[in-house]
Amino acid sequence: MAHKLLGQNFLPHDVVAKVTGEAKYAEDFRAEGMVFARLLSSPYPHARVKSIDISEAMKIPGVVGVLLPEDVKNPDAPDIPLLTMEPGFVGAAIMLVAAEDETIAQDAIEKVRIDYEPLPFHVDPLASLHPDAPDARTDGNVGAAGVKFQTLKWTKEDFANAGKRMPEGKAAQEWAYGDIDATFAKCKLVLDESFVHASNSHHSMEPRTAMAYWQNGKCILHVSSQSQSFITPALAGMIGIPPSDLVVVAEYCGGGFGSKGGAYPLQALPALLSKKINRPVMMRISRAEEYYNGSARLGFQGQVKLGFAEDGKLLAADLYVIQENGACQSFFDFRNAADGLSILYQPEAMRWRGMPVYANSPIRSAQRGPGYNQISHIMEPLLDKAARELKIDRLSMRLKNVGGRQAAFGSRRATVSSSYLKEALEKGAAQFGWQERMARNGQRKGSKITAVAIGQAYHPAGFSGFDGLMRILPTGKVHIHTGVGNLGTFSHSSTSRIAAEVLKLNWDDVIIERGDTRRHLPWNIGQFGSNTNFTMARTNFVAATDALTKLKEIAAKRFGGSPEQYDIDGKRVYRKGSPGTGMSYGEAAQRAIQLGGKYDGHELPKDINPMTQASATAIAGTGLVGVAKDNLPMLGAPAAFAAAFIEIELDLETGKHVILDYLGVADCGKVIHPAGLETQIKSGAVQGFGVAALERIVYDPQNGLPASVGFYQAKPPTYGDSALRFRTSAVDLPDPSSPLGTKGIGEPLLGCAGAALLCALSEATGGHVFNRTPVVPDMILNQLAGRPQAHSVLQVNCQ
Amino acid sequence: MSDLSVDAEAEARRVSRREFIKRVIASGAVASSASFVMGGLSSCSSRPGAVAGSVERLISLNVNGQVRRVDVLPQETLAMTLRYKLGLTGTKLGCDRAECGACTVMIEGTTYYSCSTLTHSVRNRKLITVEGLRGPNGELHPVQQAFVDELGPQCGFCTPGQVVAAVALLQKNPKPTREEARHAMSGNTTIT
Repeated sequence: MAHKLLGQNFLPHDVVAKVTGEAKYAEDFRAEGMVFARLLSSPYPHARVKSIDISEAMKIPGVVGVLLPEDVKNPDAPDIPLLTMEPGFVGAAIMLVAAEDETIAQDAIEKVRIDYEPLPFHVDPLASLHPDAPDARTDGNVGAAGVKFQTLKWTKEDFANAGKRMPEGKAAQEWAYGDIDATFAKCKLVLDESFVHASNSHHSMEPRTAMAYWQNGKCILHVSSQSQSFITPALAGMIGIPPSDLVVVAEYCGGGFGSKGGAYPLQALPALLSKKINRPVMMRISRAEEYYNGSARLGFQGQVKLGFAEDGKLLAADLYVIQENGACQSFFDFRNAADGLSILYQPEAMRWRGMPVYANSPIRSAQRGPGYNQISHIMEPLLDKAARELKIDRLSMRLKNVGGRQAAFGSRRATVSSSYLKEALEKGAAQFGWQERMARNGQRKGSKITAVAIGQAYHPAGFSGFDGLMRILPTGKVHIHTGVGNLGTFSHSSTSRIAAEVLKLNWDDVIIERGDTRRHLPWNIGQFGSNTNFTMARTNFVAATDALTKLKEIAAKRFGGSPEQYDIDGKRVYRKGSPGTGMSYGEAAQRAIQLGGKYDGHELPKDINPMTQASATAIAGTGLVGVAKDNLPMLGAPAAFAAAFIEIELDLETGKHVILDYLGVADCGKVIHPAGLETQIKSGAVQGFGVAALERIVYDPQNGLPASVGFYQAKPPTYGDSALRFRTSAVDLPDPSSPLGTKGIGEPLLGCAGAALLCALSEATGGHVFNRTPVVPDMILNQLAGRPQAHSVLQVNCQ
Repeated sequence: MSDLSVDAEAEARRVSRREFIKRVIASGAVASSASFVMGGLSSCSSRPGAVAGSVERLISLNVNGQVRRVDVLPQETLAMTLRYKLGLTGTKLGCDRAECGACTVMIEGTTYYSCSTLTHSVRNRKLITVEGLRGPNGELHPVQQAFVDELGPQCGFCTPGQVVAAVALLQKNPKPTREEARHAMSGNTTIT
């Protein structure tokens, strides 16, 4: 079927405001009588707050009030507390002070006297598993979603017997399939490697500043969020009000990368303080505070044993991942890593073991490709190592291991809805000229050596079960309501184009309602997890299909016959074969209002979410309402893949690399918005370059103090780290579970690039695999000079 | 952290050396996050002159071709004046310490980090913010139009600074090489 909008570029409605400065982010709003709040945060990595004395602080003129731990209802441990009496990391929020201006608030904070009892701490998850080592928390050391919060230490023997491998004690969670020992026994080549993947800040450009005030019993909250509808119930819960009393305004979001995917405490705190002091509260968050509370990727320490057949096929894999949770509940990267390995390389037999360990380091949360990208960064250089040892071309090695269209993965051997990774590799190899380019691989020019490499990555690409909501007005304009956030992928618009496509609309006739819960948003999942172009393609499809059905029914009621005898085009519904017998969408909307009931939203489907119900009810009677829950069939797990091809030049005297050429190839199903995809492929790649070779979190292990609380210390990439030549491509084949074939793509675009760069750095250093991110120049120089590295093999937070 | 110097000696006598160093380092971490502090909203401030040297003075600023009169504290940064007193919130604060470039403005045609420029130091100099780039009839500046055409902005938070930096570059060097452009834009971090 030919599409009118799918695959076409368009001008997203919010772009101009972004280049003129008119786009308003949370810190750009003001309210009458607004005061400023500052956080008092822990100077200790782990301590008990024995007492808080605010008496001197309250004497300072201009201080308006405080918010103390006793004023908030914290979630059950180990979830992130709003305010805490047992801070678990430097920077943990203990209390807030509000004052007429920030200087006064900060002056007051200096006058607060807190009696701390320092507690034992650690910033090395593996070392903390030793029975004599301190734990990060007093109530348990291990836990994650799907893993009981518990105390689980290893034995001294586990450590003593490890030899050069990572110690491997009892795992908190594990799975296996196939006969792992028998399969290893038949392998031609076995690699057994310890690895570290560093943690790194999310580095959202917009700090998580928030501003709140109360009006007529409702809380109006300006926040930085990756969505509007999805966070509302949980955020209302933190504030202690029903979701209907919370107005979330988040029309723009200055980056989140997973760290603003759900509701978080720093959004709720100004709302609670505002309620207490009855003044609007702006709480600005500094960049340093972002490094503490803005969250970071979960770091890994691990061991992976890989068995290959002579032809390069990965037969057996044994993966053990210790993940650094930070001090509070975080994410399950350690489990995702296992799925990532199994889906990308399809081992016949595999065992996975995992330990999610708390540490006295910043809050962690899902970061672009949580677990999946870490495992690509670890595995891809090892795949190359096996290829070199088996004397197999690195592209052939990947094609040998790539899964089929319905690749199975994980312990349950679930299958994907579609995989076109093989096509992505082949298309990329042709466009990049892999075979010809190999001639340049290893060429020396003075102190510089050229290397080419490939990287691959995977991430799940969608969900089902959310709701779509739209309406056709008597004016003929079509309003599409969406809770998709505004991270700059423009998928709030591109997924709305699915609805426009179903109704054969001109894009000019569409108005997108978004960014503010007062715009009556449906229950949509957040803009994270590479899901939007699948999940909300489906919700908009079902809502538009509902509207289409109603258009035809209304026409049949007016002109006779059955709805099936009617068709649409040119914003008209008409009888097939008799285009004159019909009416415009505007007239149909007018008739929908007259008919009432389900046609104008007064009667709603029973299975939609209460949020959608409330929103649909609010717009009932204004036009023809299309509303439905996505109950479309799922033909497997939605999956996104990406392949990357890279050429670099490494200076062997300085250890510094330059990326000469980069090609990213996306398997995102059918491409909705080519220009948006291009920017995603490029920006994901730059972020991958950073994770692979620059970004880190550094902690002083003796005192538990952070040494990376600024951009210059934590090193996100800049223009100078980007590729000199940058190309993008897509397979552009449809996913069968998605009505128009689209699926998500955001995260693997980072992982494939990071992996490709790491592989290239290995290639340029004579095939040495560092088994670590980031690979920084001093590591390269140490390796080339035959010197030991400054870190031990499994040391973390140290780069 | 004036308390620190006053108490340091007494503190050192009370606690072990290691403990003392720990506290100093910890205090340093807190102090660095405290550098975020601003002068405040003049309309909200209830304590003019309460602290020595913190008196606001009425000055003239030439912003986007207009002379604006504004009360400014001695320690006030240009970013805070623009954002909180002149309503020019297009200038963003991403780090507030001269690292990210989201606050980039032009002063006499040269880019500056407004987060690290004292407002008093730019009296009567010509300031251009992102809001001042549109043409006389509201048309986008060619650089803004190019950002739109190329779908340059993603999250958009760094975009105003990027646009201003690009305009400043092209005013001085209308045909930069790739290397010159990379260098000129390297003070503007983008993470999208």
